[in-house]
Amino acid sequence: MEKLQSSFKNMVLSLVIISMVAAGALAGVYLLTLKNIEAQKIAKQEAAKQAVLAGHEDGTAIEVAVDGFGGPFRVMVGFDAEGTILGYEILEHQETPGLGSHMEHWFKNADKPGQNIIGRKATGAFAVSKDGGDVDAITAATISSRAFLQAINKAYAEFKGTEATTGASQLKNEGVKDEGVNEQTETEVSHE
Amino acid sequence: MSNGLKTLTNGILKENPTFVLVLGMCPTLATTTSAINGMSMGLATMFVLICSNVVISLLKNLIPDKVRIPAFIVVIATFVTLVQLLMQAYLPAIYDVLGLFIPLIVVNCIVLGRAEAFAAKNSVGLSALDGIGMGLGFTLALTLLGAVRELLGTGSCFGLTVFPDNYGALVFVLAPGAFIALAYLMVIINKIQNK
Repeated sequence: MEKLQSSFKNMVLSLVIISMVAAGALAGVYLLTLKNIEAQKIAKQEAAKQAVLAGHEDGTAIEVAVDGFGGPFRVMVGFDAEGTILGYEILEHQETPGLGSHMEHWFKNADKPGQNIIGRKATGAFAVSKDGGDVDAITAATISSRAFLQAINKAYAEFKGTEATTGASQLKNEGVKDEGVNEQTETEVSHE
Repeated sequence: MSNGLKTLTNGILKENPTFVLVLGMCPTLATTTSAINGMSMGLATMFVLICSNVVISLLKNLIPDKVRIPAFIVVIATFVTLVQLLMQAYLPAIYDVLGLFIPLIVVNCIVLGRAEAFAAKNSVGLSALDGIGMGLGFTLALTLLGAVRELLGTGSCFGLTVFPDNYGALVFVLAPGAFIALAYLMVIINKIQNK
């Protein structure tokens, strides 16, 4: 077959047809996979819920979303009745592979007490050591680490919130105080 | 057949995309923090490279010369998105590992480079072989670079500890180490090839 000449008509036609076929293929595959992708997300969420509660029946699993280095990410955090962190799972994120993506394991490494947050009592004011806190940030991924700890603090504030509505009034005061601290960390992060 | 074999091995050795053509440096430097990351990126790129080479070779006579670059980019970006959607839906385990790398393939100039330099001028069969060869060359280069950086930086290789990570030089896992390791590997490989 002869190669098409670069006339105006040919150029417009060929680009329009290629784009239309591409758009059609994308739309088709998107609709085809939509159901499966949603099902995967729900399955992942359920699995994460089981994992972060680590068998504690009285625990609460809370899902939060924060802005990381590469975009928003969602974390599921499990607390027991006293506010001790039972576990966490990253549900979705776009952090840099090999750097920020280490947060999936970094903060639950039982061999490194400086970076492990599992089993610690949440205070709502976790911060990386660079900001005067006591949690070691991921090497070369301080912004992702800050965002991660912000997510944990946010989850704790929400946990306190649910406690306050059902529990005693003194818990309510504590919850309000913790939220204040949390907001401070948030503004700090947004200055970066 | 010898022509096909030559096309296949061309990308692995003589025109290795990373060490000889020096194409696709952004994903090369960014994703090779460990051997497994490098290999994952290489394989994902290889898949897109083969698909785009085949399709562009099929369409080569329907695309006027003056609009070939936008046409190629639409084809490549479509494949990358299709791969991402299909993988997310049907291979969630692999998507968990590779998912972050997939959007990076669009900006990989090897894919566009091969479309322009090879697929637009050759038959479908040869273009597929070129895609496989270039993809393998890229995968091998990224795996090698990832292995070197992981070994020097953390003392392990493919996650297996070779020596305790206290002795690792962390700089190799970070961006500057990527440049250093890549430069030395390039020197060594070109020295061997030029002999």
